[in-house]
Amino acid sequence: MHSNDWLQLALFIGVLALLTKPIGIYLTKVLDPAGKTWLDLVIRPFEKITYRMMGVDPTQEHGWKGYTFAILLFSAVGVLFTYAILRLQNVLPLNPQGLPALSPALAFNTAVSFTTNTNWQSYGGESTMSYFSQMVALAIHNFTSAAVGISIAAALVRGVARHSATTLGNFWVDVIRVTYYLLLPISLIFAVFLVSQGTIQNFRAYDTATLVEVIPEVPAVPAQGDVAAVDAVPAVTTQTIVQGPMASQSAIKMLGTNGGGYTNANSAHPFENPTPLSNFIQMLSIFAIGSGLTWYLGKSTKNQAHGWSVWAVMMILFTSGVLTCWWAEAHGNPIHQALGIASADGNMEGKEVRFGIFNSSLFATITTAASCGAVNSMHDSFTAIGGLVPLFMIELGEVVIGGVGAGLYGMLVFVVLAVFIAGLMVGRTPEYLGKKIEAFDVKMSMLALLVLTASILGFTAWAAVSTWGQAGLNNAGPHGFSEILYAYSSATGNNGSAFAGLTANPTSGDPHYNVTLAIAMLIGRFLMIVPIMALAGSLVKKKISPPSAGTFPVSGMTFGILLIGTVLLVGALNFLPALALGPIVEHFLMLKGQLF
Amino acid sequence: MKNIILELRPAIVSTVVLAIVCCGIYPLAVTGISKFAFANKANGSLIVDKNGTLIGSELLGQNFTGEGYFHPRPSAAGASGYDAANSSGSNLGPTSQKLADQLKDRIAAYRTSNGIAANQEIPADAVTASASGLDPHISPANAALQIARVAQARNLTSQKLQELINFNTDKAGFGVLGVDGVNVLKLNIALDVRKE
Repeated sequence: MHSNDWLQLALFIGVLALLTKPIGIYLTKVLDPAGKTWLDLVIRPFEKITYRMMGVDPTQEHGWKGYTFAILLFSAVGVLFTYAILRLQNVLPLNPQGLPALSPALAFNTAVSFTTNTNWQSYGGESTMSYFSQMVALAIHNFTSAAVGISIAAALVRGVARHSATTLGNFWVDVIRVTYYLLLPISLIFAVFLVSQGTIQNFRAYDTATLVEVIPEVPAVPAQGDVAAVDAVPAVTTQTIVQGPMASQSAIKMLGTNGGGYTNANSAHPFENPTPLSNFIQMLSIFAIGSGLTWYLGKSTKNQAHGWSVWAVMMILFTSGVLTCWWAEAHGNPIHQALGIASADGNMEGKEVRFGIFNSSLFATITTAASCGAVNSMHDSFTAIGGLVPLFMIELGEVVIGGVGAGLYGMLVFVVLAVFIAGLMVGRTPEYLGKKIEAFDVKMSMLALLVLTASILGFTAWAAVSTWGQAGLNNAGPHGFSEILYAYSSATGNNGSAFAGLTANPTSGDPHYNVTLAIAMLIGRFLMIVPIMALAGSLVKKKISPPSAGTFPVSGMTFGILLIGTVLLVGALNFLPALALGPIVEHFLMLKGQLF
Repeated sequence: MKNIILELRPAIVSTVVLAIVCCGIYPLAVTGISKFAFANKANGSLIVDKNGTLIGSELLGQNFTGEGYFHPRPSAAGASGYDAANSSGSNLGPTSQKLADQLKDRIAAYRTSNGIAANQEIPADAVTASASGLDPHISPANAALQIARVAQARNLTSQKLQELINFNTDKAGFGVLGVDGVNVLKLNIALDVRKE
């Protein structure tokens, strides 16, 4: 844990803090249909034409049911759109490698995965997806699923901020404005920046390079006693160099917290994340919008202290996660150190030299605290505690900044629970910003949380005792269980990162993983959205009573501690038993030198 | 039912319009600007030798096994490593027997080929597989331990090799971000060019 690394951590949090207000101000304008931005001159005419083509009256607002219905319909169309393209990949254009169509289970899994902002990838990008599939079938959801998330957060914030009302905004206007004014302009600049660092952006077929040194063939070794046979590996004389429109896709995959890599190695691939500078900006871009949304919350509710308190709670949880993960990875693996690996180097398996221990740990915590899921190192090869942190961040519900929009609406559910608990403790009717929190609101909040727990633990239990579940494992012992637990946590949490040794799309064609993970993603996205929209619909109707001496303040130290306690209790209590069977027991076995 | 029909039009039209804007105009705009501003990088930072043959990308590692070359990190990409069409890490966990066996073999091989004493620690990056399997870099400490072997094979002084290593080291961004790394492919190409 070098001093230079501490400096980088301070730099990251400092820059993020500085960005929060400007992004928040811009978000406030984008999420107000009448808001004026400096891009109006260029974009406003296109915005108006789009509404006309859609047949949408931008002044007409939705109630909570109408808003939710529009989300569901829009998402259903998105799934079908992507499924159709993936199944027809072989006959569609921009496929210079002649890649075949995807199987039904894989196409379904992928379509659901990108629509739900998960970007779980059961496939390796460069060996499966044509340029057309990458650019159209997948990338459209990088924009739209992010826009949907931000829209829902805006609807919930409006539900809190408005009073004695019935409507929460117009879904179509929110989605179009977020995409046109926020996501597209930033992605454009970001993508060009990535190219300046070395990320590819073209439509050429893959190149073939002649290797500088021919790698001689490895002869086959027949089986001898206990030693298994080794297959022959032919001499290697060339290297296939991936090409394609990567930068445009990588930019929005980070900014929209989608995380679906163009290549299998995602942001660890030297093309997708070429330099430490590109890495720093990618990490910032994951948190940028989610961080700005807390300012938007403060602005909309006319209580900026509340917005910053929520931000501070997120940062405390985040910093604790980073420090734990970084400590574990810098400490390394005693088993490997006993073999002769320098103990000062930490655990470098599955990490890139240009990022090192610290930036790998930081990225892993950010990508799971947010629901991004892009990776710049392989979480599967982290030490037990190092791997526990990303897993735990997902299981907290990705409310630490969180996915764009999803993080804020998830955190507001915890805020409602926190004020409810505070109300119970002092024996007063719980209030949130002047609104009475009643039985219906608490039921909806708990429903949103319990659905996630049931999906993660239920599917994990099923896979862990099934032959199809165990067949996909890359590691034995508790680490194998962690691979399964991580997969369903990631899918349900709409994260998309993985303990990537797990084979979810086996060559045998067994569809169990693809289908169950897709169902987990649908549950995690939509069974959470519906109760949250119902909560918004309930809150928007309520009157705001003026604060009195007995009002519980939603800012400051007491509120912060209570909120952290609520997040940790729900996260920890639900998942501690499962975590004990996976990473926690593995940690102690690792210290003992036990191998599987 | 009326609702479905009423909202179906915006759902379908917006999907088509956003596909055109976000998946057509946007990537084409990025491609156009990149071609103009960073043509070489947009095409993969390709390296071409003096005969015009494509020999690799500055950003992608290649495997080297010969005595006279610096060796890159082990790679889990493809059957023989450094397969740039199959980027991948090993994904082996901390208590994996397979990983421990691999490390044991690699450490022994690294010690033998570089003449390193049995009690000396080995730089972690020298024997562990990277995340992408295409890591172009090794640590400066790893490069330094390989100098003696390469110097002998190429009949060069250690000092000259250290100069070449320094020249082909990508420094941490602004002296703060990330970690210094030696670009193995560029270093080895520089060695070959020197010979000629």
